[in-house]
Parts: sequence; structure tokens; C-alpha cells
Amino acid sequence: MDRQDTLIDRLARHGVTRRAFLKYCATLASLMALPPAAARAMAEALAKAERPSVIWLSFQECTGCTESLTRSHTHGVEALILESLSLDYHHTLQAASGEAAERAREAAMKRHAGRYLLVVDGSIPVKDGGVYSTFAGISNLDLLLEAARDAAAVVAVGTCAAFGGLPAAKPNPTGAVPVAEIVRDKPLINVPGCPPIPEVITGVLAHWLVFRTPPALDRLGRPRAFYGDTVHDHCYRLPFYFQGKYAKSFDDEGARKGWCLYELGCKGPVTRNACARMKWNGATSFPVESGHGCLGCSEPGFWDAGGFYRPMS
Amino acid sequence: MSAPRQRVVVDPVTRIEGHLRIEAETDAEGRITRAYSAGTMVRGIELILQGRDPRDAWAYTQRICGVCTLVHGIASVRAVEAALGIAIPPNAQLIRNLMIAAQHVHDHVMHFYHLHALDWVDVVSALKADPGRTAELARSVSKWPKSTPGHFADMQRRLKGFVESGQLGIFANGYWGHPGYRLPPEANLMAVAHYIEALAWQRDVVKLHAVFGGKNPHPNLVVGGVPCAVSLEAEPRGRGPGFRGGRPATALDADGLQTVREAIRSMREFVDEVYLPDALAIAAHYKDWFRQGEGVGNFLCFGDFPGAGGMRIPAGAILDRDLATVHPVDLEAEGEIQEFVAHAWYAYRDGKERGLHPYRGETEFAYTGPRPPYEHLDVERDYSWIKSPRWKGRPMEVGPLARVLLLYARGHESARALVDASLRRLGLPLEALYSTMGRTAARALETKLFADAMPGWLDALTANIEAGDLRTFEERRWDPTTWPKRARGAGFMEAPRGALAHWVAIEDGRIAGYQTVVPSTWNAGPRDAAGREGPYEAALKGHRLADAKRPLEILRTIHSFDPCIACAVHVLDTEGGERVRVQA
Repeated sequence: MDRQDTLIDRLARHGVTRRAFLKYCATLASLMALPPAAARAMAEALAKAERPSVIWLSFQECTGCTESLTRSHTHGVEALILESLSLDYHHTLQAASGEAAERAREAAMKRHAGRYLLVVDGSIPVKDGGVYSTFAGISNLDLLLEAARDAAAVVAVGTCAAFGGLPAAKPNPTGAVPVAEIVRDKPLINVPGCPPIPEVITGVLAHWLVFRTPPALDRLGRPRAFYGDTVHDHCYRLPFYFQGKYAKSFDDEGARKGWCLYELGCKGPVTRNACARMKWNGATSFPVESGHGCLGCSEPGFWDAGGFYRPMS
Repeated sequence: MSAPRQRVVVDPVTRIEGHLRIEAETDAEGRITRAYSAGTMVRGIELILQGRDPRDAWAYTQRICGVCTLVHGIASVRAVEAALGIAIPPNAQLIRNLMIAAQHVHDHVMHFYHLHALDWVDVVSALKADPGRTAELARSVSKWPKSTPGHFADMQRRLKGFVESGQLGIFANGYWGHPGYRLPPEANLMAVAHYIEALAWQRDVVKLHAVFGGKNPHPNLVVGGVPCAVSLEAEPRGRGPGFRGGRPATALDADGLQTVREAIRSMREFVDEVYLPDALAIAAHYKDWFRQGEGVGNFLCFGDFPGAGGMRIPAGAILDRDLATVHPVDLEAEGEIQEFVAHAWYAYRDGKERGLHPYRGETEFAYTGPRPPYEHLDVERDYSWIKSPRWKGRPMEVGPLARVLLLYARGHESARALVDASLRRLGLPLEALYSTMGRTAARALETKLFADAMPGWLDALTANIEAGDLRTFEERRWDPTTWPKRARGAGFMEAPRGALAHWVAIEDGRIAGYQTVVPSTWNAGPRDAAGREGPYEAALKGHRLADAKRPLEILRTIHSFDPCIACAVHVLDTEGGERVRVQA
């Protein structure tokens, strides 16, 4: 076993030059509005020998957040898995099942105690002793408490883990709660969105891997770099908003000319997310550019906010 | 029968969507005599839908699943359109067809490489492969340009570095070296290389969804059509903060259509040159898996891809493998589709023995299982959050195999040609499809059929736009004041995992009842009142486990169905209100 093998060595083996790697770090630093010196710190940290352990727990979720992770264009999931971190437990991707999977999780938690990053997607049902979601016969609540105990920090990926999301929408049949209501003694980074933007997930992971501290967060625990402004602030249709030009239907003249979707219920003005700035799927589009108002999916309680087509008053 | 029995538990079943537990009993030879399939997570999404705007329902139901991320949205808008009598414009139909087919192609490829392949492919064995011979093997099955010795040597070096780091990550504790793995090292290396390549490929081809729906996962839809208007010219909009020069009005302009065309080209190329050849090459090493894992022998389709074009999935039911008779299916008929809860953690007002049509569906959480943490479920009583749907009382398999059989039975030409040619190459009869590997092969075959249909739909869309038909949305009946006081309807589709339908009841502009019967509910459901097993449970029977501590055989058959358990578990009370009783 060659424990001195660094990320740079590993990248070099399949043709990624040191220069290209540094450029990647610079891009990431600028995306997250970090000072220029951060790029070098990032490069040094990412190039360290041991890949940081990540344990990913999925509770009441739809796997959309994991799917989103795999869509990341700035840091591909294949590089993430093979080069940057050690994804030691992840239901959707890991080879092992059943007991073998649980043993892998326990071994990673022991070996990296105090150092591993715990990622959670999905809400946690606490009603009736947690019978509404279990795996390996263990309630989600017990598993989260156990896994959080020796974690260095916790990342709540997606609106369900961050704010309760869909399972917690009225009448919240299973008593679903977000991670923040259960884990109170660890640094917690909320990465909401239904799902979050792929590059936001990988960006937050990369930031942690480099600095081992959470990025600057807002009062809801969201990284300011991604959730500091509203979708509306950066929307390319904003000039039409100021001109009072609104699409009144999904297929009228205004819709075809790309007028503002405010009257069709767009929640962009109250939604803090980077969709209009970073866009989706290799910057192909984002909801408003494809003609649908913003659902507000990264905000707490958006499922109960009164309807997706009702204009904000 | 007096041999010592053993209980094998697999929980969590990984490389699936959602939370699934399998308990199996084996005899002295390690053969499975009984299997029990249990969904262990419930959210109650249909309870949450009560009283909401039916036009919003697609967004809620879409979050049933983020893997088959489109399908519940489509079934939902179709249900509301059926209830309100809305006919969508031809362009919207074509765009939906493209989005649905893209979902199948994306989902099936990811299922094969990232969820299923490691049941057949030994990652550690790939380290022993000769890259030159791997390239020869790859070139013998396809003309994929990356099949060079250098490429495979690179991939192997990357894998070697990974293994030697001592941190195996997602590959830790796999059943590597299990006697069930039979591929030569070169085939293993080829498959591992394509596992990595498919990760990169998939994030590019979902751009098709991003153009039409703004993002993926969870692209946007709208009742009455599609949300994205066609933009032929952008209006100058001054120099506000969003001004970026000559940007288009919407994503669906000439550039957007070009992005879609390129995504389709890339999908077809990957299916023809990588996925289908790999699936058949791997299957050729596991011919015994074409003789086990059948399931219930009954198959059900609701049909999809409406409108013009050569690719239309027929609706119908096949019973007891009899391809000569395709039975018609009626989603509205009281006696056809019913859900049972005899072994599920729900109560029905008139007793647990009855089946209820979705329009009459009811839900009362009634957990009677053990308090967590637990070792075993009480499989003699209730053991799952998944209900047991039945068609005319029979358990039915839905999914790629059901569709391929329906197409075959209906005499669809290109489907028959593809199935016959593939089986001939493997030297297998048609009956081989009724099996674990048959299911996996059927998935690859239908992927090609759907991918090949996509250019036709895109050409038709482009021709309509060029001819001046830009309509993508039907405005009539958008406004709830135009709706009848009461309405109800069923919307259906073929999702990657099989037949999917939503039933909605609308009263005074609000959802009065909502029910979904989902592919994995059909396949993963527990026993019904008559004790009949669901397809997963039936398919596992008779499997001989080479090593009960490493039940690879269970994973092979369960993964061949491509479980989607978040989808499978759902609850509804059409009468409204929440009634929860917990007896644990």
C-alpha cells in the first residue's frame, strides 16, 4: 500500500496535469467567492494522501439529491468518488448490501472517528417511535444520532434534510423533522433545494475537504456563496419585470418572448438560490429560462406556501 | 422438508432507489423456499396532497422519486387532464414523448452500470485483465471509439491506484471473489471502464430535460401541455442586471433544439455501441440465469407514447406466459385493479381481506411490526409499507420485460426482429426471457427501441415549428372557475420500471382524493389476502445461495427488477383526514 500517493499523483496517472488541477481549484475558489490564496490552499488540501471519509445516510427521501450529485459538471462524481473523497457508505452507489454494507459503515465510522463528514438526505420521521422509516432494523433517528456522534460536521443535502421538505408538508403524517432538530452539537451546513444544484453539492463538499470548516453561512445555515441572493436578483428576465411586461399564460406572446413569469406564480423574488446565476445541467437552462416560474424549492415551507401558480401578492 | 432452515436477511438492499428489506428462508441445501419483500419507509405523500390545487399535484408527486424523476409528474398532469377533459397540443405531446423516452434511456443505462452491473462484474478481478485483450474483446462487440488498449490501461491504472490506497469507498465489502462471478478479467475491466464512462455520459444527455423542463432532476411540467414556450426571436430588453447580449427568450429556440438533437445522438450511440453490446456480452456468460428468477408469469402494461409515430407501447395483460392472448385493461373498472393490504401495515375500514379500486382507496397507518431496533419482521402477519396491487385478483409483473412481451405479442416488427436476433445470438429460446437475465436483457432491448424512436418525434416537432405551429400549451380549463364542481380521471404512462397510473378526484377546484399505483408496488408488494406472493417474492424462490453470508443471488434477481421503493410506498385516504394507529 502506497500511503504517500497524493491526489496529484493519482490525477497524473490518467493525464490530468498539475496545471489543469490548479486551474480547477481556482475555478472552484472563484465560484465560491473565496480569496485568490484559497485556490492554493485548496490544491494542497485536495492533494493530500488520505481521502477524507464521507458517510452518506438516506432517510425519507426520493434519491433526487443523489441523482443531482451525479449531474455535477465542475467536479464530476467519478472524480469525486475515485480521487477526492472516500464515499464509505451510500445506499444508492455502494457495492455491498445488508450486513456487509453495515459493517463497512461501522468500520469507516471507527477508523475515521471525529474526522468523517456525515451527509444526510431526507427528513427523519420521529412520530410513533420512528416506525415510518428504518433500515437494517434501526430507526432513522437512532441511526442519525449514532452516526452524528463522531462526525466532524454534518451536511444536510436537499430541502427535506435541511428544512423537513415534502414529508413535513401539512399534515406531516409521519412527524418528519430536519437534521437541525436532532443534531445540535455539530457544525451543520444546510444545502437546500429540491434537489440542490449539482455544483452546489460538490462545491460544498469540496470546501469542506479543503478547509475542514463550514463556509460562511446565513441564518438558516446555508452557504452564503450560493444562497446569498435571490433567483430574481440574477434572473435574465428581470428587465421585463421592471418594464411591467409579464407572460399571462404559458404560451402567449409574452411567454414566447421571454417576459417575466411573476403573474404565473414565479417565486424567484423570495427564493435564495443560485439557479439564475449558475444554471443547471452544464448551464443549459434553469426553470425560468424553460418557461416555468420558480417553485421556491430551496426555501423552508415552500410546499405549504399557497400554490405554485398563485402570484405573490 | 425437515431440514434445518435458515433465515437470510438483506437490509438495506443497496444499489436501488429507496429502502427495501428482503427476508428469505433457505433449506439445508441453501435453496430459498420462501421470500418476503418489505418496504421500510413511508412518507404519506397522497395524504399531503389532500385539499391542494390539482395543478400543483405534479410537483408533489414528482418527488415520490428522484431517479425516475419525470414519471410521476407526467402521470399526474395526465390524470388532471383526463379529469378536466383537456387535450394537449401535438407539440406538447411530442415534447413529452421525447422527455419520457429520454428518461427511459438515461434510467436504464444508469441502472445497468451503476445499480446492477456489480452483481455480475467483479471489480477486483478487473485488475488482472490484459488491457490489449480487453480492447480486442470490446472491439469484437462494438465499434465504440474509446476501446483502445491505452484507454483500458488508463482505467486499470486508475482502479489500481484506488484499490492500493486501501480506501475502497463505494466498493468496500462487495462480494468480490464470490464463486458466482464468472466473467473473465477482460470483460470485468471493460464493464468497469464503461461504469465510469456512463457517469460522464449521463450528465450530458439529461440536457434534453433541461431544455424542456429547466433542470434535471425534477424537470418542470404543467397541466395542459409543457411549460416551455417556443421562442423564435428574443425581444431586446434593455440593460438590466440580467442583460447578456443576444440571449434567447426561452431555452426552446434553435440552439435548444440543437442541444436536444445532440443529446439524442449521444443516447443512441451509447446504447448501440456500449450498453446493448455489454448487456448481451455479460449475459452470454450467465446463461443459467436465463433459467431462474421468473416471478409470477403474468405481465401488465398501461401503454405509452401517444400520437403519431412507429413506437407506441400497447396496453394489455398477459397471463401465464400466454402470448397468444392479450387481455384488455381498463383503469376505471372497479373489478380490475385493486390494492390489498392483507400483509401491509395499513387497515381498511371493512377489513384487511378486501381489495379496493384506487378510486375507493383508503389508508390508515396500522404498524404492527416490531419496535426498532429489530432482528426480524413478523412475516406471518404484516411486514411492509408496500400494498399489494392485483389485476383481476392476480399478481402481475410490470416493467421492461412486460413491455417487450406485449410488443412481441402484438407483432411490433422492430421489437420482434430485435428480440429474435438477440436471442439467436445467445442461442436461447423465447422462454429464456422469463428469468432474471431475461428481465435485464429486455431492459437493454427496449432502450434501443425507445432511443431509435426519438429522432422521429424531434423531426415532427421541428417540422411543426417550421410550419408555424408553435402551440405547446392548452389554455382552456387552466382557470379553476371553468371546472365542473366534481371531476375525476386516471392518468397513466409507462415508467422505466413499468406501468404507472394516478387517479385523481377533484371537488370545488381542490384535490378530494389522489391515488397512485406504481410499478414497484406491483413488483415489490407483499403477499395478498389469498397468500399469493408478489413478483419479487415469487422470483426469489428456488435460488440456491452459494454462501448465505454473501447472498449475491438475491441481489441479482431483485436488481433485475430495478426496485424503486420510494415509489412503491404510498398512502391515500380519499375521504380526507389522517388516521394513524400504531400497535407496536
